[in-house]
Amino acid sequence: MKRRLLLCAICTMLALFPVLFSGTVATAQELIKVLAKQFEFNPSEITLKKGVPVVLEFTSADRLHGFDCPGLKIRTDIEPGKVNRVEFTPTQVGMFPFHCDNFCGSGHGKMQGKIIVTE
Amino acid sequence: MDRGIDRRTFLRLSGAGSLVLVSGLTFRVRPALGEQGDFFFVQISDTHWGFNNPQINPESAVTLKKEIAFVNSMSTQPDFIIFTGDLTHDTENDAERRKRLKEFREIVGGLKVKNLKFMPGEHDAALDGGEAYREFFGDAHYSFDHKGIHFIALNNTTDPRAIIGDMQLEWLASDLQKLDKHAPIVVFTHRPLFELYSEWQWYTRDGSKVIDLLTPFRNVIAFYGHIHQENHQTTGRIAHHACKGSMYPLPAPGSQPVLAPVPWDAQKPFKGLGFRGVKADIKTAKYELAEFSVTDVKEVK
Repeated sequence: MKRRLLLCAICTMLALFPVLFSGTVATAQELIKVLAKQFEFNPSEITLKKGVPVVLEFTSADRLHGFDCPGLKIRTDIEPGKVNRVEFTPTQVGMFPFHCDNFCGSGHGKMQGKIIVTE
Repeated sequence: MDRGIDRRTFLRLSGAGSLVLVSGLTFRVRPALGEQGDFFFVQISDTHWGFNNPQINPESAVTLKKEIAFVNSMSTQPDFIIFTGDLTHDTENDAERRKRLKEFREIVGGLKVKNLKFMPGEHDAALDGGEAYREFFGDAHYSFDHKGIHFIALNNTTDPRAIIGDMQLEWLASDLQKLDKHAPIVVFTHRPLFELYSEWQWYTRDGSKVIDLLTPFRNVIAFYGHIHQENHQTTGRIAHHACKGSMYPLPAPGSQPVLAPVPWDAQKPFKGLGFRGVKADIKTAKYELAEFSVTDVKEVK
């Protein structure tokens, strides 16, 4: 009987664990798909939460592009026919501009966006 | 024949421009490298032939031609003229790209000086990896010797990632290997080799590797374009000089959020456009730079 009660208590604790300790359990990685094409990113504005891990998954609709976000120290090439992924966890709140850093044509200089990190 | 050019002559030639004496940059000429004597060359950059936006440059069809006429009017002609990239404005259309390159070549064929050197910029070459450029102008990187000075043209634009690349770095190391550590070396690039302003890609991603290779040499000077304005900076012992553009000026590094050409000023036509003369003064062992402005060109058509 005692063993059954103990087993039941353990099962209850395991079931309640995510609720009881939700403040410390890592949240699942957020996946955000970003399409790059001449001369824009879609989405061009990305909102993230501080402390929540994220995967940015880049694809190109036309030619080689680049993604450079100096404020968050993130950069990758965005190659046609490939999926380029960047994983990171934002650690500070703020607005961080990004831009294409591989020359892609006349509108290259305007190919920009921003990441907004909130609490 | 030595058609040396003394300082007075160069000052007279550059009377329409401003003269910068690059002091402290001395060099010794190695007789083994060839004929010695004072001379000057001209750097023209970012001509962007094919650019068409009247709000930015309503005189786009004649700006380059005015510069050519100005150079042709000089009483002493430069030994050679180097075009440091963005000869043409970019286009997605391969046939149009070749048309612009062909037209550019025909226009600069009107220069009296026939010793012309060319380099690609990203607007010429990044969209097709330099294929069309090479058809018209040959190798995108090369070196040559002229009157005791070793000149190196590096390509940091046919790869849209703004890199020199390992193969070219190996070639450069091999090219430098034959030189004395005191040999005068002039490096031409389109983009700056150092990080001038990264948000606008005013850098060469692996430019530090080039600078590392050049660092053992005592007399290196670099000339580049890309940023469409004068800029003079030094990394270590190497002085880097950006040339004005010949189609539209660009803003100072980081002076505005988005990089865009400076609009045409109807009160000051051609403001901010121009080219450069460089005198290699063998006697005083110094380079002198003369910055010419298209606004100063009054008599030529």
